[in-house]
Amino acid sequence: MSTVRYTKDHEYIRVDGDVAIVGITDYAQAQLGDVVFVELPAMGKSFKKGEQAAVVESVKAASEVYAPVSGEVVEVNSELEGAPALVNEDSAGKGWFVKLRVADQSELGALMDEAAYADYLKTLD
Amino acid sequence: MLNNQGRPTQPVEVAAPHVRKTFTGHRALAMEEALIFEVGRAEVTGVDVDDAGEFTPRLGKLERTTPIDLPGLSEPETMRHYVRLSQKNYAIDLGLYPLGSCTMKHNPRLNERMARLPGFGDIHPMQPVSTVQGALELIDTLASWLTEMTGASAVAMSPKAGAHGEACGMMAIKAALEARGEGAQRRVVLVPESAHGTNPATAALIGYDVRPIPAREDGTVSVEAVQAALGPEVAALMLTNPNTCGLFEPEVVAIAQAVHAAGAFFYCDGANFNAIVGKVRPMDLGVDAMHINLHKTFSTPHGGGGPGAGPVVLSDALAPFAPVPFIRKDGQKFTLVEHTQGTQSFGRMTAFHGQMGMFVRAMSYMLSHGGDGIRQASEDAVLNANYIRVCLSDVMSAPFGDKPCMHEALFDDRWLKNTGVTTLDFAKAMIDEGYHPMTMYFPLVVHGAMLIEPTESESKASIDLFIMALRDLAFSVQKGETERFSGAPYYAPRRRLDETRAARSPVLRWTKPKPIAAANQIAAE
Amino acid sequence: MRQENSFATKEITLRYLPLTPDDRADMLARIGAENINALFAAVPADKLLQAPPDLPRHKSEMEVERMLSRMASRNVSAGSVPFFVGAGAYKHHVPASVDHLIQRSEFLTSYTPYQPEISQGTLQMLFEFQTQVANLTGMEVANASMYDGSTGCGEAALMAHRITRRRKAVLSGGLHPHYADVVRSLSQMTGDSVVSMPADARASEDLLAQIDDSVSCVIVQSPDVFGNLRDLKPIADACHAKGALLIAVFTEVVSLGLVEPPGAMGADIVVGEGQSIGNGLIFGGPYVGLFATKQKYLRQMPGRIAGETVDAEGKRGWVLTLSTREQHIRREKATSNICTNSGLCALAFSIHMTLLGETGLRRLARLNHANAVKLADALTAAGVDVVNETFFNEFTVRVKGDAAALVERMAAQGVLGGVPASRLLPHAGVDDLLIIASTEVNTDEDRAALVAALKQ
Repeated sequence: MSTVRYTKDHEYIRVDGDVAIVGITDYAQAQLGDVVFVELPAMGKSFKKGEQAAVVESVKAASEVYAPVSGEVVEVNSELEGAPALVNEDSAGKGWFVKLRVADQSELGALMDEAAYADYLKTLD
Repeated sequence: MLNNQGRPTQPVEVAAPHVRKTFTGHRALAMEEALIFEVGRAEVTGVDVDDAGEFTPRLGKLERTTPIDLPGLSEPETMRHYVRLSQKNYAIDLGLYPLGSCTMKHNPRLNERMARLPGFGDIHPMQPVSTVQGALELIDTLASWLTEMTGASAVAMSPKAGAHGEACGMMAIKAALEARGEGAQRRVVLVPESAHGTNPATAALIGYDVRPIPAREDGTVSVEAVQAALGPEVAALMLTNPNTCGLFEPEVVAIAQAVHAAGAFFYCDGANFNAIVGKVRPMDLGVDAMHINLHKTFSTPHGGGGPGAGPVVLSDALAPFAPVPFIRKDGQKFTLVEHTQGTQSFGRMTAFHGQMGMFVRAMSYMLSHGGDGIRQASEDAVLNANYIRVCLSDVMSAPFGDKPCMHEALFDDRWLKNTGVTTLDFAKAMIDEGYHPMTMYFPLVVHGAMLIEPTESESKASIDLFIMALRDLAFSVQKGETERFSGAPYYAPRRRLDETRAARSPVLRWTKPKPIAAANQIAAE
Repeated sequence: MRQENSFATKEITLRYLPLTPDDRADMLARIGAENINALFAAVPADKLLQAPPDLPRHKSEMEVERMLSRMASRNVSAGSVPFFVGAGAYKHHVPASVDHLIQRSEFLTSYTPYQPEISQGTLQMLFEFQTQVANLTGMEVANASMYDGSTGCGEAALMAHRITRRRKAVLSGGLHPHYADVVRSLSQMTGDSVVSMPADARASEDLLAQIDDSVSCVIVQSPDVFGNLRDLKPIADACHAKGALLIAVFTEVVSLGLVEPPGAMGADIVVGEGQSIGNGLIFGGPYVGLFATKQKYLRQMPGRIAGETVDAEGKRGWVLTLSTREQHIRREKATSNICTNSGLCALAFSIHMTLLGETGLRRLARLNHANAVKLADALTAAGVDVVNETFFNEFTVRVKGDAAALVERMAAQGVLGGVPASRLLPHAGVDDLLIIASTEVNTDEDRAALVAALKQ
């Protein structure tokens, strides 16, 4: 059973064992508009929590995607190269960015769960 | 500090008003025009060039072996092609062009005539200095006007546009810090969040780290915020004044003092100098360096995206580090210093002496206005902007209350909330009313920003009609007439364009279409 | 009442300012401001100037024209004398229609095409310009222009550093010294290293020996500043073998009508000065920088780019695209800080190139080369030492004594006979070298005048 956690920068992380899928939330993709390009990290690259892991671009905006937790890139979603629209169409599913091997499970504790994130969104306008 | 505020970039489908289709696709004076690559022919030329006759080439083995693939047009075809294209553009000469921060003022045609005098337009940057004394005199005169208007000690004339001027000013600052032995220590440049994107981009280009300064609730920068960010690692503050919200920074003098007290320099982005020329001298406020966009403040034409010119005025502390080339006056004779040897100059910004064509135009503008007229122009620009601000304040929302603005009036999109109309929609509906939209979604610190800069070139009648048109649009929003906005523009040469498609699968040049037979074959496979 | 006081008021009437004193009074009343300075209330009172700056008062059109014409008349214009000055800017004939078209209000007085629905003219023109530049250079994509060739060269070096993640540029000794200075000035700021090969009029430098795993790019100009044509192929191969990029530079774009384009020889980035086509000399600016590269490096390219798309009715149209590379979105992470470029100069280039077409450009290039060959032959026959083996429309001669003094003497005789190499390269031991350009504008009489002047 996987657990989903959220950051204040609107990344989600879905953890399954020691591997986690990272992407941006539906709220984030709506804010950006039509995504036209995603810059993904190299395989094997390691990030500390909060480091820039990817960049997502729409026509008039660009946003950095930060690693929600520390970890090593074990897979990137190469489908985004030819079909960046997947981020808009299915941000929680086919529009994922990277798979990370989580270095420190305890870092997940600082992130929001679904309900907390929903409450957080209500505070934004 | 990226710009991460998106907006729709794919048009929604809204039926256009019924227009009878024509056979040619033209609509009377509105002509469709093919690409030159679709109508030109390789063997056609619109220029008669003499035959070179017989001679022995000296090209070694490097003669071109490949076709160039450049179709030609005869002169009548060329005229028609570009005149038709021109008619698809909005222009200052067509109507009010209220692009905030861009300063679309009238471009006097005298300036064009002066720039084309053979003594200016047909002289070479590398011909002997003795044969271009008048050109150097013009540059020197322009420089003296710029230093007088800004209170500066010196001006670097060679930068080619505003952002190039920013780079020049920041390079002078870096060189001055190096000379002081603090180059390695001072690595950070402070940039307010409201700044034009060129500021952080320039700082990064010169190798600095950018530290953002938050804007205050009222759209200005506080001395406390600057002070909090200052430290021994700070090289400079880049501040736009009047700022990108159209406001004069009220604490600018104290900010300059704080910056200097911390051993840093104060770079002022002079993009909005046009609001205060003849009213305030920036160097009196404590500025160390400021670029001046001749294409904004001094009316040289924008030309569909340049060329501009970005001379940089410098304080005493920075003047020695100005780039080559610069002019020296030796009695009645002008000389050019073109190399850094024997100077403290940081180097060179560009191949030659700067945008001479723009210098002549700006000089012509300045002489025409005089010191008195330049001051009047600033006052009229500020008056027009405030008049618009006040006349729209009951129907649109201003983010920073009802205090006076400088040369541009800023609105946000709170008044559009829950109306189904966005800033983008509103702007596109202005096109149908015959106006170029205002600057939108900038500055980034204001949600759905609309920045209106009328300039001094508009008559009161023109501004009154503009205000009435915007009020009419605002009433339409209130009445819920969203279709006037969501599909707009309806009457422009093109409806809304699909920017998403352009970015997702970029087509950046024309390529020969596949022959029909081959295309069919590909389709069949 | 106000009329009676009009001499006393500081308000003036000026041909460019439509507001009348009555308008101003009405508008101030509507705003609720007592006077104009009430709108400048945020300016510290002691900093607000109480009077106009100490500058001459406004002038009529006639007066301004008289003043500026007087200054202009102190200059010797290229068209008035036998003219052979080049070294980065070239005197060519620009058709009258070019200058007429670029002065159409809709081109001259429009802004960067941010609103594509009412900027299709500029956007389509840019798309055509990009195609022309890409085709001429033999590259896959081009941008909508840079300020000039030299700033484009600086940007190209930075682009190569981003792509290769290395920070060392190798500059050929044939690169225009001012271009090299631009690269060095920028590199000095960013801490990137630059290896500059010594100037060499015979182009015998060994660039290949400089290329190793630490090199980001090699920057080579052809025709070089002395006029020599350079075979870029071996340099490109050597670069690619070490993971470096070849940046090819030209200052005379007409050469591409006759010489193998850099793209066909393996260049990764091509930058050059486009002034020769459509644009006058104007004492050095504004000019137009041409910038082209390979498709795979597109996202690292600086500057504006126009791209094709469709509108809501499915009609073909153009927009500025890939803007996320640019400063207004990417800010400190942008590929460049460039905003305004050389739009109108790019238009002039594009119109002139359209008029020429392939046929016209090839003829023009051939005529330039023929004129330069004729001049070189005549000089050789007169006993002047022509240094170059190869050249296009510019070459270098070795004179007796100081070339700079010679140029001044020729100027006094009414011949603008070239650029002394020492003006570009002081203290480089090139005092006896003179760089001479000859284009289609030179007549047999011009050549005879130069040969006579150089023989003395």
